[in-house]
Amino acid sequence: MIFFVAMEIMFFAALISAYMIVKSGTLFWPPPDQPRLPVNATAINTLVLLASGFMLFRAERTFGQAKNPDAAKILLRLSIFLGTIFVVFQGYEWVKLIGFGLTMTSSTFGGFFYLIIGAHGSHALAALLVLYLMQRKLHKNQLSREEFWASQIFWYFVVGVWPILYILVYLN
Amino acid sequence: MAEAVTTAETTEEVHTHHGEPDFWSKYIFSTDHKMIAMQYMFTGMIMALIGGYMAYVFRMQLAYPGESVPGFGTVTPLAYNSLITNHGAIMIFWVAMPILIAALGNFLIPLMIGCDDMAFPRVNRLSYQIFLLSVVVLLASFFVPGGGFGGAWTAYPPLSAQSQYNLTPFGAPLWLLAVALEFVAFLLGGINFITTTMNARAKGMKMYDIPIVVWMIVIASILFMASVGPLIAGAVMLLFDQVLGTTFYNPDAGGDPVLWQHLFWFFGHPEVYVVLLPAMGVVAEVITVFARKKLFAYKTILYTTFATGILSFFVWAHHQFIAGIDPRMAHVFTVTTVLISIPIAEMLFCYIATLYGGSIRLTTAMLFALAFLAEFLIGGVTGIYLGSSGTDIYFHDTYFVLAHFHYTFFPIAIIGFFTAIYYWFPKMFGRMMNETLGKIHFWGTIICFNGVFLPLFVLGIGGQHRRIYNFKNFPDLATPDMHNLRIFATWSAVVMLLFQIPFLINFVMSLFRGKKAGMNPWKANTLEWTAPSPPPHGNFKEMPVVYRGPYEYSVPGREEDYWPQNVPN
Repeated sequence: MIFFVAMEIMFFAALISAYMIVKSGTLFWPPPDQPRLPVNATAINTLVLLASGFMLFRAERTFGQAKNPDAAKILLRLSIFLGTIFVVFQGYEWVKLIGFGLTMTSSTFGGFFYLIIGAHGSHALAALLVLYLMQRKLHKNQLSREEFWASQIFWYFVVGVWPILYILVYLN
Repeated sequence: MAEAVTTAETTEEVHTHHGEPDFWSKYIFSTDHKMIAMQYMFTGMIMALIGGYMAYVFRMQLAYPGESVPGFGTVTPLAYNSLITNHGAIMIFWVAMPILIAALGNFLIPLMIGCDDMAFPRVNRLSYQIFLLSVVVLLASFFVPGGGFGGAWTAYPPLSAQSQYNLTPFGAPLWLLAVALEFVAFLLGGINFITTTMNARAKGMKMYDIPIVVWMIVIASILFMASVGPLIAGAVMLLFDQVLGTTFYNPDAGGDPVLWQHLFWFFGHPEVYVVLLPAMGVVAEVITVFARKKLFAYKTILYTTFATGILSFFVWAHHQFIAGIDPRMAHVFTVTTVLISIPIAEMLFCYIATLYGGSIRLTTAMLFALAFLAEFLIGGVTGIYLGSSGTDIYFHDTYFVLAHFHYTFFPIAIIGFFTAIYYWFPKMFGRMMNETLGKIHFWGTIICFNGVFLPLFVLGIGGQHRRIYNFKNFPDLATPDMHNLRIFATWSAVVMLLFQIPFLINFVMSLFRGKKAGMNPWKANTLEWTAPSPPPHGNFKEMPVVYRGPYEYSVPGREEDYWPQNVPN
């Protein structure tokens, strides 16, 4: 899993550096005729995602403790719930932005926005699916420590890369 | 996903199927690492024939422009573009990668480190299935309207991004898709190789007891996994440019075409070392066994491999010296490029030092290993001219470049493969190959190979550009002197292809009629020779225990000149 995430980090690093190179070659970024991104609303959404990562961290800490067997289940569910809110809100934001005229083909800026944020969103969806499977296993008490840890690495990666993308893409 | 998963999974599967497994589960849907290695190897060999056929067709077009090629017909400019593009892509992604990394890695790693199978056998099977899918997609791309992709194997935009330039509206996305699938397959394989080597070694095998070839395959896998991410990112952007009409690489709309070159070569240059290292490892094994001498400077070779791996990430921009990059940047990349030849040269010197004073046995495998050293050296030396930004401005995109990288890739992919197959054939199939046919094959291949590419160096220095369909249209390049060299190279290529027939005959004959090989026909030390030939499912009768390094040959005071790793004393 660590190897896989290392490869993923290189993937996002490439997207980010491609974005920076193209950005540095233009005078006005984002292009003046393109709609602005919702900076404040997404800031709140960022906090939601970070909270989700924190809940997962708490779930790991309580996982396997005899005195409080249900705490991990609740925390894991909470983490998935917060993560889902994040993805749904992102989807809502996309629908609005497309309505305002920011599409993949409207400009290189739009292309990069949907490519980078979309790549992150699809990773978030995949990671949520993994966490959901873990949650079902946990419910049946079949979850092993290693499986849980591997899925956590993936989710921490999704959570951890987001603030970087937020700063680079939204706060430019 | 958890790294603590043991190899118990496979043994369980074997025990639940009593009796002989049927054809499908034995040959097609096997999770056995040796069967998957064979699947990769045979797929790679078939693709090599297809790639060789393509080379034959466009070499004939270059020597006799406009004339009908026997076995193909008239080569149109579109078909020519598609042929050279797919020849390059097939030979690197569908021949060198599956044979050197996937087939050798799958076959050798579990046997050489003494375990029963890969860490994740089902992931391994999935890896081959995805690879096979990528082959199907690639072959399908030749039969869509417009034909196979024709934007050269490096796929530089805007030529590759817009179908009004490359004229292959369906071939281009399919080609990209095939490449992407192929990378997913090797990603899964690479995770398997690294995890297996780290976790499943035989009892007593320390880090410095691992055979060099296993080390090299593992390091190559790490390089591949660290470099493939940017290429996938670039490929997604290129695919969107082709299919959705985005403008990442379109300078008219604010994109940057050189961006692709950076992303591609950030992967592309480590990729050279991804295929080189396994071949170097194979040669190391063969040289020590047939020189009957301990490998010279095991640890130095290992450290130089690490150095090569790290340096390979800092040389990529030497492909863009004339693409408009800052000349000061070009200086930096000239230095790193010349620097990377040091560890590789050191490795070659260690191999030559291994030969010095050994009692050399010139078997076919050994001949190929020695040819690898000689031919790769030519490739390396000519690389220095191209790595220096000053000379590269003149040589860029000429046949000099082409001859240079064929002098590196041919030793790696073809000679490396032949070295491995002549050496491990007894272990793979339990029978010996015919040495006489092997030597005919060796001399025919090596002499003709030089006959193809030495003239191309001369043509390249003469200014012959790489991507020209018909040289008759360029009076400066159509002189009789230059054209005779072209004809000579073409006929050398044809004869070289014909010399593969003895190999195929030898391969098939030996498969069924060859002399039975014992467990250890070459008297070698490494663990795979302690398993029966061919090894059964589960590999070893009893799991081996390792007592020493893999290269203890001709140790003074011992009766035999070899000392297997698993023998206590």
